[in-house]
Amino acid sequence: MSASKRPLSPFMIGPYYKPQMTSVLSITHRATGAGLVVGTLLLVYWLAAAALGPEAYEYAQSVLGSKLGQLLLFLWTWALFYHLANGIRHLYWDAGYGFELDEATRSGWWVIWSSIILTFLCWLIAAP
Amino acid sequence: MSLRTPLGHVRGLGTAKDGTHHWWLQRVTSIALIPLVLWFVISLLSVARADYETFQYWLSNPLNAGPMIALIIAAFYHASLGMQVIYEDYVRPEGAKFIALLATQFILFLLGAIAVVSVLKVALATV
Repeated sequence: MSASKRPLSPFMIGPYYKPQMTSVLSITHRATGAGLVVGTLLLVYWLAAAALGPEAYEYAQSVLGSKLGQLLLFLWTWALFYHLANGIRHLYWDAGYGFELDEATRSGWWVIWSSIILTFLCWLIAAP
Repeated sequence: MSLRTPLGHVRGLGTAKDGTHHWWLQRVTSIALIPLVLWFVISLLSVARADYETFQYWLSNPLNAGPMIALIIAAFYHASLGMQVIYEDYVRPEGAKFIALLATQFILFLLGAIAVVSVLKVALATV
């Protein structure tokens, strides 16, 4: 059989597989990773504004402090904590641990809840 | 019909002996980013709403500017490695993948450079 005719298993997200803890968290890891890459624009904008001087910095602070700015920063915070927590889960797997299904499910819940709790904790502390 | 052996067909299509290089650097940068990100978040909680003078005073401390630049370099490197994997998995054909990859890497390098220069300018400014 030629290489192009070989059957391929379908993509993990779609009508063929039931959504699972492992697959949903995996694609979310990618999505948050890509989102954080876009979010670096905010960081660069903030730092560049600071380099341009006090007026540009104050303006950037007001942009980031606006409703849209705060929403983006809130999502960015969650994406950061999710990617951090799930990244540690991946490193744990890389070390060879936690592959049993019940362990992977449990660590998945840890990632979900720690990312949510840390996000809200941050915003509670940062609240003006 | 080819007279080449199956082994002859696949020789040279392997990993050029650096197959784990990308994977390893992604792990190295991720391990480095764990403390850096935690430091960054905790720092932001204290300076995010500060005025310019406070922020500049904070960043003029090498113990803050140093980790900040380390964070920028590790994060943009990690971002570049991560985006590469995404493109390799989803972007077809080969040409589009190559262009997307190159464009992203150039943009990320540029953004990282802008961020580092900005940090240095604030950190080294004479007040």
